[in-house]
Amino acid sequence: MASTTLYSQRDPMLKKRDDFEDILEERRNSSDLKYAVRCYAPVLYKGLTPCKANMLKSMVLQSDHLRYVINQVSQESGEAPDIIHEEASVILEEMAHRLKISTVRFFAFTLTKAFKTLFQHICVNEEGIHRLQQAIQEHPVVLLPSHRSYMDFLLMSYILYTYDLALPVIAAGMDFMGMKFIGEMLRMSGAFFIRRSFGGDKLYWAVFSEYVKTMLRNGFAPIEFFLEGTRSRTCKSLTPKIGLLNIVMEPFFKGEVFDVHLVPISISYERILEESLYARELLGVPKPKESTSGLLKARRILSENYGSIHVYFGQPVSIRSLAQDKVNRCKYNLVPRHIPRKPTKETQSFVTDTAYRIVRLQEDSMVLKPWVLMASILLQNLEGLELSLLTEQTLWLRGLAQSCGAFLDWPDHTPSAKVVSSSLALHRGLVCVSGGRVSLVLGEPQGLVTPEEALFNRAVSVLSCASYRNQILHVFIRPAILAVAIHNAASSKKDEVFNCFSFLCKMFSDEFILCPGDTVQDFEEACYLLVKSGSVQTLQQNIVVTDRGQSTLSFLNGLLESFLQGYQLFSTLVLGNLNMFSDKCPVEGTI
Amino acid sequence: MFVCYGVLVMLHPNIGLLLNGFNEHLLPTRQEIMKWNGWGYSDSKFLFNKKGQAEFTGKRYRLSGMILPSLQDWFENTFGASVKQHKSPATPSLNAGALPPANLNEAFLQDLTATGIPFSHEADDRVFRAHGHCLHEIFALREGRGFQRVPDMVTWPNCHNDVVKIVELACKHNVCVIPYGGGTSVTGALECPPEEMRCIVSLDTSQMNRILWIDEKNLVARIEAGIIGQDLERLLNEGGYCTGHEPDSMEFSSLGGWVATRASGMKKNVYGNIEDLVVHIKVVTPRGVMEKSCQGPRMSTGPDVHHFILGSEGTLGVVTEVTMKIRPIPEYRKYGSVVFPNFEAGVACLREVAKQRCAPASIRLMDNEQFQFGHALKPQVSSIFTSFVEGLKKFYITKFKGFDPHQLCVATLLFEGDRERVLQHEKQVYDIAAKFGGLAAGEDNGQRGYILTFVIAYLRDLGLDYYVVAESFETSVPWDRVLDLCRNVKERIIRECKERGVQFQPLTSCRVTQTYDAGACVYFYFAFNYRGLADPVHTYEQVEHAARDEILANGGSLSHHHGVGKLRKEWMKESISDVGLGMLRSVKEYVDPDNIFGNRNLL
Repeated sequence: MASTTLYSQRDPMLKKRDDFEDILEERRNSSDLKYAVRCYAPVLYKGLTPCKANMLKSMVLQSDHLRYVINQVSQESGEAPDIIHEEASVILEEMAHRLKISTVRFFAFTLTKAFKTLFQHICVNEEGIHRLQQAIQEHPVVLLPSHRSYMDFLLMSYILYTYDLALPVIAAGMDFMGMKFIGEMLRMSGAFFIRRSFGGDKLYWAVFSEYVKTMLRNGFAPIEFFLEGTRSRTCKSLTPKIGLLNIVMEPFFKGEVFDVHLVPISISYERILEESLYARELLGVPKPKESTSGLLKARRILSENYGSIHVYFGQPVSIRSLAQDKVNRCKYNLVPRHIPRKPTKETQSFVTDTAYRIVRLQEDSMVLKPWVLMASILLQNLEGLELSLLTEQTLWLRGLAQSCGAFLDWPDHTPSAKVVSSSLALHRGLVCVSGGRVSLVLGEPQGLVTPEEALFNRAVSVLSCASYRNQILHVFIRPAILAVAIHNAASSKKDEVFNCFSFLCKMFSDEFILCPGDTVQDFEEACYLLVKSGSVQTLQQNIVVTDRGQSTLSFLNGLLESFLQGYQLFSTLVLGNLNMFSDKCPVEGTI
Repeated sequence: MFVCYGVLVMLHPNIGLLLNGFNEHLLPTRQEIMKWNGWGYSDSKFLFNKKGQAEFTGKRYRLSGMILPSLQDWFENTFGASVKQHKSPATPSLNAGALPPANLNEAFLQDLTATGIPFSHEADDRVFRAHGHCLHEIFALREGRGFQRVPDMVTWPNCHNDVVKIVELACKHNVCVIPYGGGTSVTGALECPPEEMRCIVSLDTSQMNRILWIDEKNLVARIEAGIIGQDLERLLNEGGYCTGHEPDSMEFSSLGGWVATRASGMKKNVYGNIEDLVVHIKVVTPRGVMEKSCQGPRMSTGPDVHHFILGSEGTLGVVTEVTMKIRPIPEYRKYGSVVFPNFEAGVACLREVAKQRCAPASIRLMDNEQFQFGHALKPQVSSIFTSFVEGLKKFYITKFKGFDPHQLCVATLLFEGDRERVLQHEKQVYDIAAKFGGLAAGEDNGQRGYILTFVIAYLRDLGLDYYVVAESFETSVPWDRVLDLCRNVKERIIRECKERGVQFQPLTSCRVTQTYDAGACVYFYFAFNYRGLADPVHTYEQVEHAARDEILANGGSLSHHHGVGKLRKEWMKESISDVGLGMLRSVKEYVDPDNIFGNRNLL
């Protein structure tokens, strides 16, 4: 069943992936208005209990679960249950979506216009759409896209509408609600809003989880949320948050539904709309508050070319087959199902494990552009390098990336020099070519800039470039950690290399997607890849770097260097000035 | 050797449902009138006649001799079977040569002969007692394969003292004893463990079939444990009494078997299950005879030792005599039925009925598949008029009331008591049903539902003639989980069949067959066309195994009344915990240290 696809195949070269179709092509050749008002009749879940968005609310408020928690909160606070019930009703009102097809049609119209200006192509794997269509009929479905841009969820709904699939309801951060009008528009296109933190608020948690579970049990609509919790500012997948995943799995554990299917979705942007915004944010410039006027100001991005988007709908993953032999559902037999309980250790580690696997599946199907390879090389040559050398190294890296299973979108039948030059053209904001030499743009040369501003501008370029390099990290992360381990281990003994590897994995557990408990597997995978590429040999109990492997290992070492330096710098600082860093941890996502 | 008492008796009204006209008393060697490789009486079976119409042969049942015009269509459409083209007939007779030779214990045989208790080591007698009615057992017989291990001899004790003698001799000579009552086990409980090297003696209780006394002051009767359900009921009826214990197997199952498996009867709402009906048990164990010293209706004397015996499945000894509650035959009996728009509404109604504690003697809710199945068994209508009325009814329910014929389901009801109260009770139940969208659908439909119960086992043999394997299993589950469990188990079966290469859509059907304060008993039917499968029985067993896993994961019990036998042993530990299992083991070790009762059920 679907579970087998979760484990990366022995040889990543052999990974089979579907072909893409450009959905913008048809839009460019036919009426947008017709498209927006066309007949929309998606296939529905076979166990669907038809109900309106409003009925959902009353089902939630009358659920045994919520009534139980209301009584509990009332007893603890001394407040009358009616008042707590009213509170719950207010929370739900603030949270709930009001999915309306007319709003979706409005978006279908306007987004088409915007997309056509912004992007060259929006490519979707249609086989993935067919699989999704089948899954939607059979089971409640949870859509789990990667999260790099505000665009993500509009894009998702847009694609599902295009393919006549059931529109999802989407868990969105409360921030959007601040946007007058737009917030409400999003709500009517299926977004429901959750507070960023509600750790101790039992009532909020109860309303929220019951709302999600009710929609799931009834098969109201596919549920969509972002495992990473927030947009990744660095283009590096964030370690997954498991709260919502826990909620959508519970109905299966408790036998309320036969199965739930998780669909990993990888959305890869050639250029991210928020590119320079992110770099500034990382440097400490506060994130602009989500506002309608801000959005209108951002119109200027419409004049730029953002290349293409690839959306890959992965194989639906059955929770039932994943959980087999891992979660004993009988444990849910002894307490009434509406009484909330903390998940057991066993369940929690299963959910965490699943979350990591899904994020890895997202990573695996991320489409990488040639520019990503070039950015990786440029970052290891900050002083710049000859165009011909860059081309040569890019081709070398392409080979290495492919042997590690990267999903590269390298144009067929195009001379490599052309590929490189067109990438450079698309990213001319970041690089400049002068006299056959390629280097990063170091801020605007004209005008008066203070040395601080110059440094800042330089940092913006480097960070923007790094965000492209980061897109390929998942391909190399295991071999790269192994390369660092080989470099730093006291000897070439396998045990010692492994110990070093394992230390690095632990250290980087919040930096990269390294599933806790998978260290041995990761080590084996790393060894396999490096041996296969001829970079290392395993001789008895030793791991030895070959002659031709030196360049590979030095590249891999270079890939992690900035991360290691960052950690080192930070720990020196912390050790030196312990009291300076009392509350906020600035290291998060700085690299 | 045996006396045949062909007594003619008045029919109990409910037995009348099963048996048409007069019926001779079961012969002491019942195997002469029973199928050797299928369910029930040899003269009663379903077949497709030359015209391709289904009929039920014999004279014993209400359906006997009738043509069932819609069965063939239902059968072919449901299973993708073909009555004309794909037949899988059974081997006509037992191949005695395939039987393992009797491994007799000469010393035991000598001592047994001295007691004068009859015994036999004829092949027919041994094979007949080597199995119950699990699919794999019947399938093996039909294929003429037989069994790896069968009893080496059969003995027929005539009374409690005979049993004491046999058990003493078995202990003395280290012989394995397997008690045999009605032979209707569906858990593999009667199978002989293949690894058993000792002589295996099948202890057939069929001759211990007397009612020893009736105590009208306390309304109890002392009964020998070998008596068969229908005989017990008939004999008590003569004096105006009944036990009210009517398991679906009552035509063939024995009192001792009920005790040993914790049986449940369809009218338990009025009379109780076997553990509620039993007042006193006498049991012969290798340690000696165990019985209580009085017949007080309830005792606080530590854990109830009866409960070591109830459900012991022949692992501790032989139940020889039982004192059982009896009741006067109810004055009035009425069937009924209610149609619901869907299964959910039906379950909600049954839950409400249980909540108000006003369940009739029997209340069962069949799902849509079973409702259609029941319809396929409708005999040819006798006149144009009845068919016209039926048509009107159908029109009213499906068109006027807007019920979807592929969603609706039916509850069947049986009321008992004095007339006044039955009518009152009936109104109460129909009023509740109306609140859940239920529509009274007449007595006929109700009665037909109960007929189905008794003939269903015969239908399996028909299926087996045409490449269809079928089985039933049951569970008990808290009310709030009934719907989820039914849905998930059915879905699991369908998936497992697909994954295991079953090429036709399986039939999965369930009914809520008993209601309790805190939950319900759910009964599943499951069948599929096995054409194209190399080892249908193995496939079937894998699917049933998965279905049981699903039941347990959805909060259902390992068994409500079929028992554990060998079929469900592997789940005992997780069902009752290590300590619980240890408790049962320690009882076994004390009572039967040499494993004389070595059928290896349960533990």
